[in-house]
Amino acid sequence: MLKRIFLSLIVVLVAVAGTVAWLGYREDPGLPADPALAALDGKQQIEQGRYLASVGNCMGCHTVPGGKPYAGGRELVTAFGNLYGPNLTPDADTGLGKWSPDDFWRALHNGKGPDGRLLYPAFPYPSYRHVSRNDADALFAYLKSLEPVRQENRPHQLAFPYDQRVLLAGWRALYFRPLDGRAEAVNKPDSPQWLRGRYLVEGLAHCAECHTPRNRLGALRTDASLSGAMIGGQGWYAPPLTGDLVTGLGKWSPQDVYDLLKTGVSARSSAAGPMAEAVHQGFQHLADADLRAMVDYLKSLPPAGTDALAIGPPASTGLMEAGGKIYTQQCAQCHQANGEGRAPAWPPLRDNVSVVAASPVNTIRMVLSGGFAPATAGNPRPHGMPPFGHTLNDQDVAAVVSYVRNSWGNQAGAATSLDVRTARESGR
Amino acid sequence: MWLAGAVLGLSAIAAHAADPASENTPLQPDTMAARLTACTACHGAQGRSGPDGYYPRIAGKPAEYLYHQLVHFREGQRRYEPMRVLLETLSDDYLREIAQWFSDQHPPYVPARSARVDANALEHGRLLTLQGDAARGIPACAACHGAALTGVKPAIPGVLGLPHDYIASQFGAWRGGMRKATAPDCMAEVARKLTPEDVSAVAAWLSIQPVPNDGLPAETLSLPQECGSQTHASGAR
Repeated sequence: MLKRIFLSLIVVLVAVAGTVAWLGYREDPGLPADPALAALDGKQQIEQGRYLASVGNCMGCHTVPGGKPYAGGRELVTAFGNLYGPNLTPDADTGLGKWSPDDFWRALHNGKGPDGRLLYPAFPYPSYRHVSRNDADALFAYLKSLEPVRQENRPHQLAFPYDQRVLLAGWRALYFRPLDGRAEAVNKPDSPQWLRGRYLVEGLAHCAECHTPRNRLGALRTDASLSGAMIGGQGWYAPPLTGDLVTGLGKWSPQDVYDLLKTGVSARSSAAGPMAEAVHQGFQHLADADLRAMVDYLKSLPPAGTDALAIGPPASTGLMEAGGKIYTQQCAQCHQANGEGRAPAWPPLRDNVSVVAASPVNTIRMVLSGGFAPATAGNPRPHGMPPFGHTLNDQDVAAVVSYVRNSWGNQAGAATSLDVRTARESGR
Repeated sequence: MWLAGAVLGLSAIAAHAADPASENTPLQPDTMAARLTACTACHGAQGRSGPDGYYPRIAGKPAEYLYHQLVHFREGQRRYEPMRVLLETLSDDYLREIAQWFSDQHPPYVPARSARVDANALEHGRLLTLQGDAARGIPACAACHGAALTGVKPAIPGVLGLPHDYIASQFGAWRGGMRKATAPDCMAEVARKLTPEDVSAVAAWLSIQPVPNDGLPAETLSLPQECGSQTHASGAR
C-alpha cells in the first residue's frame, strides 16, 4: 500500500516537473520575415535598426553614461536586486559577435539565450515578444555594424532565491506566454495607424514595463494594463496611460501626448525622472508617423478605474496652511498662485497627473531633488525645477506637497513626513 | 521716522532696479535666469555662491572649466548625486550654453569669512599656495591657477572667493577618486601629495583672500606640467 502511494507521488511529481518545464521552456517560432519588407538593402536595414534601437532606448540599459555605446554595464535597480545590461557590440568573446539573427530573435521573442538559457525578464522580452522578425533583424544588423568593444559583462547581483536562474522556468510557466505570431497576424483591427501604435507601445517602446503594475513576483498584471504603477526599486510612480479623467490621459488632447513624447514638455505636464530619460534618449527620435500612431493608440485606451483610488485622506487645516505659506514663498512665482503654471516652461500643478496620483512620490521627489525637463530637439533649453531637499525639512515638504495635492480642485490627499523620508532614502 | 523709512524703502527699490538679475525680480520664462533656477537655488543668484558656506561660486569661472565640470558630473568622473540627477537628460550643447552664461556673470563677491586656523597654519597655507614645496614636488597653486589665483582661460578655474569647506572637500574628492579630470590629471597628483594639515592650511588661507581684478581669469599661462583639462580644452572630456 505504502509503496503504491509512494509510486503515485513520484509519478505526480514527475508530471508536475515536466509540465512546469514544458510551460517554462516552450517557444514560439514566430512568423518568417515578411519578404516584402525584408527587401531592404544592408544599409537601409542598418539605418532602420539604428532608428528602432533609439525608439526602444536600448542604450538606457546597455550603455553606461559617458561609456562606449552599447557596451553594457549600466545598472538596473529592481526590487529583486541589481542587474547589469550586457554588452551588445559585436565583440566575439564579450558581446554578440557569435550570435546569429536567429539567436537574437530567440532572445527578443522567447527570452532565451543562444544556449537555451532563460533570460531574466528585466530584459523586457514580455514586451519585446511583440517585435516583428523584420524589426528584430534590423536591430541585429545595426548592432552587428557597431564597432566591437571588448568589455566583460558584469554579473547580476540578485538576492536568493532570484539568483537561481533555473527557477525562471517556474516563473515563465506561470506568467510568460510565448506570442503566437500566427494568431496575432489573423486578428488585425481596421486602422493601420492604431495597429502601428499598439505595436510600438506594447513592443519596442515597452511602456508597460513601467506603467503596468506587477504582482509580487514581478510579472506584469495583464488585468491592469498601463493603469499606472510604482517603478520597482526606483522610487518613481509611472502614471496611468489609460483614459481616466483625473489620473490618466483622459483630459489630455492628442497634441498634449504628442508634445510630451516629442519634446518632453506639454501644456499638462513635463517629463521627469525615468520618463525624462525615455524622452531624451528615445521618444524624441520617433518618426512623426510612428509618434502619431502611438498617440492614437494611447488615446484609445478606456479608463481603468484609477480615479477612485486617488482620493486620499484630506489634509488637515494646519498642514494646508503651513503648505500654503511655503507655496506662496517658494513655488508661486513659477507655478502661479492658482496652480496653473506657465507651460511649457513651468508646468501646471492643477490637474497634473503626477501631482494628483494616488502616490505622492513624484511630487515629493521633484520638491526634494528638482530636475530639468529633458533636452530635446523640440525643447533644447529646458527650464529646471530647483531642489529644496537641503532647505526644507521633511515636515515642510509634506506640507507643501499636501497643499498642491489638495488645492485648485486637486483632491489627492495628504502626504506625510514618513512619505518624504522614504523618498529621500530611495532617491539615494 | 516715517520719512527715513520711506527713503530707505525707495533706495532699496532703486538698488533693486539697478540689478535686473536680483533674486526678487519676477522671473520671465525663456530667459537663462529663469531656466537655471535649479542651479541658482544652491549656487546663488547668477552663481555668486550659496548662502550656507558650501556651494561654490560659479559666476565668472572660465566657460570651458564649467563645461567640463557639468559633463563630468553628468557622466560620473566627478561624483555628486544631486548634480548628476539634475544634468542626466541635458545635452552637450545646452551644458555649453549654461557654462557660458555663468562664465559671463560677474556679480560682486560675497565678503570672505574670518579664518578658522591659527597664524602659523595660515602662513603655511600662504607659502604652499604661492611658492609650493619643491622638496615634496608640490607646485605652487599660483603656478597653474594664475599669479592672481583667479584662473586661466580656457579651463583653469580661479581658487579665490570660494568657501573653506568647499575647497577642503575638493582635495578630499581628488584623493579619493570622487573627482577626476581629463588625463593627465595633474590636480589629482598634487592632491595626493598634500597632508590633511596642508589641505586645511591652504583652504583657510585661500578662503579669506580678497579677490583682485573682479576675479577675471588670466588670458594665458605656461604650466609647469601638462594638465589634461587645459591641453585638451574645447570639446575635451
